[in-house]
Amino acid sequence: MHRCVRIEDVRREARDVVSILFRDPCIALPGQFYMVWLPGHEEVPMSVSFTGMLKGITVRAVGPTTRALHSLEADDRLWIRGPYGRCYSIRGSRPLVVAGGTGIASLAPLVEEHPGDVLTLLGARTSEDLFFVERLRASSEVWVSTDDGSEGHAGPVTDLLERAVEEHEPDIVYTCGPEAMMVKVYAFASERDIAVEASLERYMKCGIGICDSCSVSGYRVCRDGPVFSDELTEIYEFGRFRRDPSGRRVPI
Amino acid sequence: MNLGVRLSGIELRNPFLLASGVLGETGESMLRVWNAGAGGVVTKSIGLSPREGYPNPVIVVLPHGLLNAMGLPGPGIEEFAEEVRTAVEGGAVVIGSVFGAGPDEFARLARRMEEYGVSAVELNLSCPHARGYGMEVGIDPEMVREIVEAVKSAVGIPVWAKLTPNVADIRPIVEAASGADAIVLMNTLRAMAIDIRARRPVLSNVFGGYSGPAVKPVGVRLVYEAYEVTDKPIIGVGGVTTGEDVAEYLMAGASAVQVGSAVYYRGVEVFRLLAIELSHIMEEEGFSTVQEMVGLAHG
Repeated sequence: MHRCVRIEDVRREARDVVSILFRDPCIALPGQFYMVWLPGHEEVPMSVSFTGMLKGITVRAVGPTTRALHSLEADDRLWIRGPYGRCYSIRGSRPLVVAGGTGIASLAPLVEEHPGDVLTLLGARTSEDLFFVERLRASSEVWVSTDDGSEGHAGPVTDLLERAVEEHEPDIVYTCGPEAMMVKVYAFASERDIAVEASLERYMKCGIGICDSCSVSGYRVCRDGPVFSDELTEIYEFGRFRRDPSGRRVPI
Repeated sequence: MNLGVRLSGIELRNPFLLASGVLGETGESMLRVWNAGAGGVVTKSIGLSPREGYPNPVIVVLPHGLLNAMGLPGPGIEEFAEEVRTAVEGGAVVIGSVFGAGPDEFARLARRMEEYGVSAVELNLSCPHARGYGMEVGIDPEMVREIVEAVKSAVGIPVWAKLTPNVADIRPIVEAASGADAIVLMNTLRAMAIDIRARRPVLSNVFGGYSGPAVKPVGVRLVYEAYEVTDKPIIGVGGVTTGEDVAEYLMAGASAVQVGSAVYYRGVEVFRLLAIELSHIMEEEGFSTVQEMVGLAHG
């Protein structure tokens, strides 16, 4: 069954992004996710974006369910199960974090918890879509890019990889964001023999590793992932295709 | 310990098969389960057309079992060819599960599965939560008889009939299905859960199927009853989680078992664990083959 939690705080992070914070005694590690349910709407997986005493999820309004989540206020109730899935591992001493869009939601608590010297590359469409910048600056160096050049580097965040690797000399790369971006990050780091942990997203139903709807090359994103590392070489789907809710293949 | 069994003419390296509906939608997952030690893998139930299934929530984790209403999602029989071929070419023993609205649909689907190279076909006469399919056709003995006959005359591979526990008396259904090469008992129990704080059913479909440790005694009872009225081999399903559960089903009359929810409780490794646990029981109790245990509880 779900746990019914009371919302403590709702924070507007960007023009269409909010964080919903609630008290949950379960331990949540960066990279894990909750299955979040607002009765009357679809249950959806959401990365844990705050892992302290107050847990939180960070939601971009993209469809009916996420818009319903945006209508929540402090003192409203939310139904959750989890946290589920494999977290990022804490390794290396000079991590490079590469986030695109809402991918930073899953990476922000990692940046805070990682004891190493972290450089974060944060990409967004425009300055109005950027969020968590101040939060990240509290525990890492942050380089920003926007597609339209309204803040930081003008262009995709992957443009910053070359200089980041040169100046920061990372020994581990963590990435979460659009899959095409992660494929580039993975290829770039692999060519330089730097380990990568990437958080994958697939259409998820059960969340507990039995229904096969989120599986990629035999790995269940919900239970064997969502964070993958060495397995990425075996995951043929990575950057190529995903499956729709019926299990049919759809190119990425 | 040799755990091999012969079931409806198929040699299996052990009696633990993956139950339909769990990790059986993609070829690579089926192969993973096979490589993890399953004696065979039953595919997700496939119909003629693609189906997205029901919206989430589709599963409720309860204290003693799992409740689900996936809604028979699947890519449809044509696109599923690739998934079956991946598993078959990887060496897995694959049983193709199909669901249809009547004899003709079942026969068409079974023929396609046969072309794809499956070792047997399993007829889903028992899904408890899909309108017009599964249990809705499987509670009518005449319909069950017609479907089994239609599929038997359409394919050369063994045909297994998976029956529903959601009937007052299973025996007429077992008798009606006895034209099949094996009887699979049971599918999930029709059930529901209500979230008292939300004041509504949790599953988007309201009703679902209950599985896991809580339902095992029901499965054992049905296998026991079926064993008394059919000479066909029986495959026990429902709450199999440990080697002791396997032995119990064997003694009730099952020749093999299927494992579903235990993939959640013990991970994909459950198949290796069952092999070790059943071997220990056989050694302690003085059995040298699995077959020796079948039906022992009937005296």
